Amino acid sequence: MSDITPNKVLDVKNKGCPFPVLKTKKAIKEINVGEILEVIATDPGAMSDIPAWANATGQELLKKEQIGDEYHFWVKRVK
Amino acid sequence: MSEDKPKKLAIIAAHGKLEDAYPPFILASTAAAMDMEVAIFFTFYGLDLVHKKRRKKLKVTPVGNTNMPMPIPSFIAIIPGMTAMATWMMKKMMKKGNAPDLDDLLEACVESGVRLIGCQMTMDVMGIKESDLIDGVEVGGAATFMDFAKDADITLYI
Repeated sequence: MSDITPNKVLDVKNKGCPFPVLKTKKAIKEINVGEILEVIATDPGAMSDIPAWANATGQELLKKEQIGDEYHFWVKRVK
Repeated sequence: MSEDKPKKLAIIAAHGKLEDAYPPFILASTAAAMDMEVAIFFTFYGLDLVHKKRRKKLKVTPVGNTNMPMPIPSFIAIIPGMTAMATWMMKKMMKKGNAPDLDDLLEACVESGVRLIGCQMTMDVMGIKESDLIDGVEVGGAATFMDFAKDADITLYI
């Protein structure tokens, strides 16, 4: 569990590449600047893909964590 | 960080087997999600990837394919039905591996503004009409693609 409280949670479990990234892009537009999106994926590739996406788009990845067989990401919308 | 002018990705999709369909659409939709401007130029068998009917019937061929998970001798690979079997096997493997759905990928590309360009000359060669292609495909020639690709940051021939 994390101490970060998200404004929205996106479940992309059992979605293969590139859908964790595509859905994250869509979901980040649905929150306001300054708010936090939590993404839950099971695709191991997401562990490098979500950070790469955040880097390319200028959004802030606050934290990533493996919890069991899930990968959790907390992304802050900064623009 | 993204800059004022978006990065550009230009893709030429020239092949139409089932496994050829994924890289152009995966890379295009991902690049668009990463704030890039994207165009895909479909030529020769690549046109099948945006052909209303043929995109539903893309196949994997075992002929000359030394990478099949179950090695198939060439003289068996040419037997009728083997292509259907190889295609069925690949689809099963992709489902197990959570591979994305081609319809979803294409939809993601269209939604995110990826330009889809059908090659006029090869459409004529192969008897494909504009109405045979899915909605949203524009038809153009080499110059149409080059005008987009001339200042692309990434150009891929797939």
